[in-house]
Amino acid sequence: MKPPPFAYRAPRTLDEALAALAEYGADAKVLAGGQSLIPLLNMRLAAPAVIVDINRIGALDTVFVDATGVRIGALARQRRVERATDAARVQPLIGQALRHIAHPVIRVRGTVVGSLAHADPAAELPVVLAVLGGSVEVASAAGGRRAIPAAEFFAGALEPALRPGELAVGAFFPALGPRAGTAFAETARRHGDYGLAGVAAVVALDDDLRVAAARIGCLGVAATPFVLDLTDVLGHRPPDSCDWSAAAEHAKRAVRPEADIHAGGDYRRHLIGVLTERTLRAAAAAARDGVIDD
Amino acid sequence: MTEERLDVEMTVNGVPRGARVPARRLLSDFLRHDLGLTGTHVGCEHGVCGCCTVLLDGEPVRSCLMFAVGAAGHAVTTVEGLAAPGGSPSPVQRAFAECHALQCGFCTPGFLCTVTALLRDRPRPTDDEVMAGISGNLCRCTGYQNIVKAVHRASELMAEAE
Repeated sequence: MKPPPFAYRAPRTLDEALAALAEYGADAKVLAGGQSLIPLLNMRLAAPAVIVDINRIGALDTVFVDATGVRIGALARQRRVERATDAARVQPLIGQALRHIAHPVIRVRGTVVGSLAHADPAAELPVVLAVLGGSVEVASAAGGRRAIPAAEFFAGALEPALRPGELAVGAFFPALGPRAGTAFAETARRHGDYGLAGVAAVVALDDDLRVAAARIGCLGVAATPFVLDLTDVLGHRPPDSCDWSAAAEHAKRAVRPEADIHAGGDYRRHLIGVLTERTLRAAAAAARDGVIDD
Repeated sequence: MTEERLDVEMTVNGVPRGARVPARRLLSDFLRHDLGLTGTHVGCEHGVCGCCTVLLDGEPVRSCLMFAVGAAGHAVTTVEGLAAPGGSPSPVQRAFAECHALQCGFCTPGFLCTVTALLRDRPRPTDDEVMAGISGNLCRCTGYQNIVKAVHRASELMAEAE
């Protein structure tokens, strides 16, 4: 099908974009990569009165990397971030998750921040931002800028905590700490589909190479990213003597996934158990390998 | 209410082209309906099948997931623009013909554009890289074995030409 009619604005600067969003408020929808919005328009599941296309605002096409983390502008394409080796060094989980998003051709257009602002409960990047404790930076003509922590940004399924007139201008993914590792895994019906369930894991070791912190973020099991701290379950042991399956069992009991056309709730819970164990082990191994490499 | 129309100009297969279209005109429809370039095929119109893949400034994109106005000022290459100026098929096109990598041909323009970009980035791809690279393009009749063979054959042809 074809998109419904809309008025089109293509600002050249951030100020122009914020002015347009202030003028049209809730009638406006922001177009960045369009890989989620345009299908919704084509299927007529969305019919905004005004599209504010931010693709001409080159100043938003940024990826800043420093010791504190990775700051990604609203127009940075997923493919570019996936290929950014400096970003992967500071926070490998971003690239690990990006490779699970649709197909390379989709990632050529799709943006990291657009995926966050779309807030799909089956999407990868919201879970990454949530498990890392990152934030989304938003701007508006009236209110200046504010950073919204991931825990508050994902208010519901497809419901970011953005007010009318606000634009998500960037996202901050904190750096991986010392002696830490990450892993991402998901199960999908077909390569490139949304995952039925997925897990992002972050494991940090202490000076004696015992587990100091372990967190997972789950996709596909709730309306918003589900984050779970498994540090106490694993009990500050060296990775070799950790009871990973106990942690997986704990995660399985903690989630309450619903059934839909793609999978039943029990199967999703089973997947969370399998993927939790797999990603925790991989993240712990990466943490230890990092120490040995140093 | 009459719908607002915009002058959209871009370079298509090396030639400046333009038309006056509504903002909601998809790039795929702009190419097919407004410019008459019907080589770009439209299957699902929501980004799943890959038939409408074209090159935007050399990068493969779904033309059904872009508005024509978004491509204004950019360079688009469609399947009609893959052959050499004299009309001789590109290595990827030759390989698809040699390896029988098409049957009905509906998906072929999307595969050709996708594979052209894939081999530019990875001139000697592994099987896994080929599978990942074409995973976003669906073929409903030939199956994928000959398409994978064609990608490797195109890689050889490109290496021979150098």
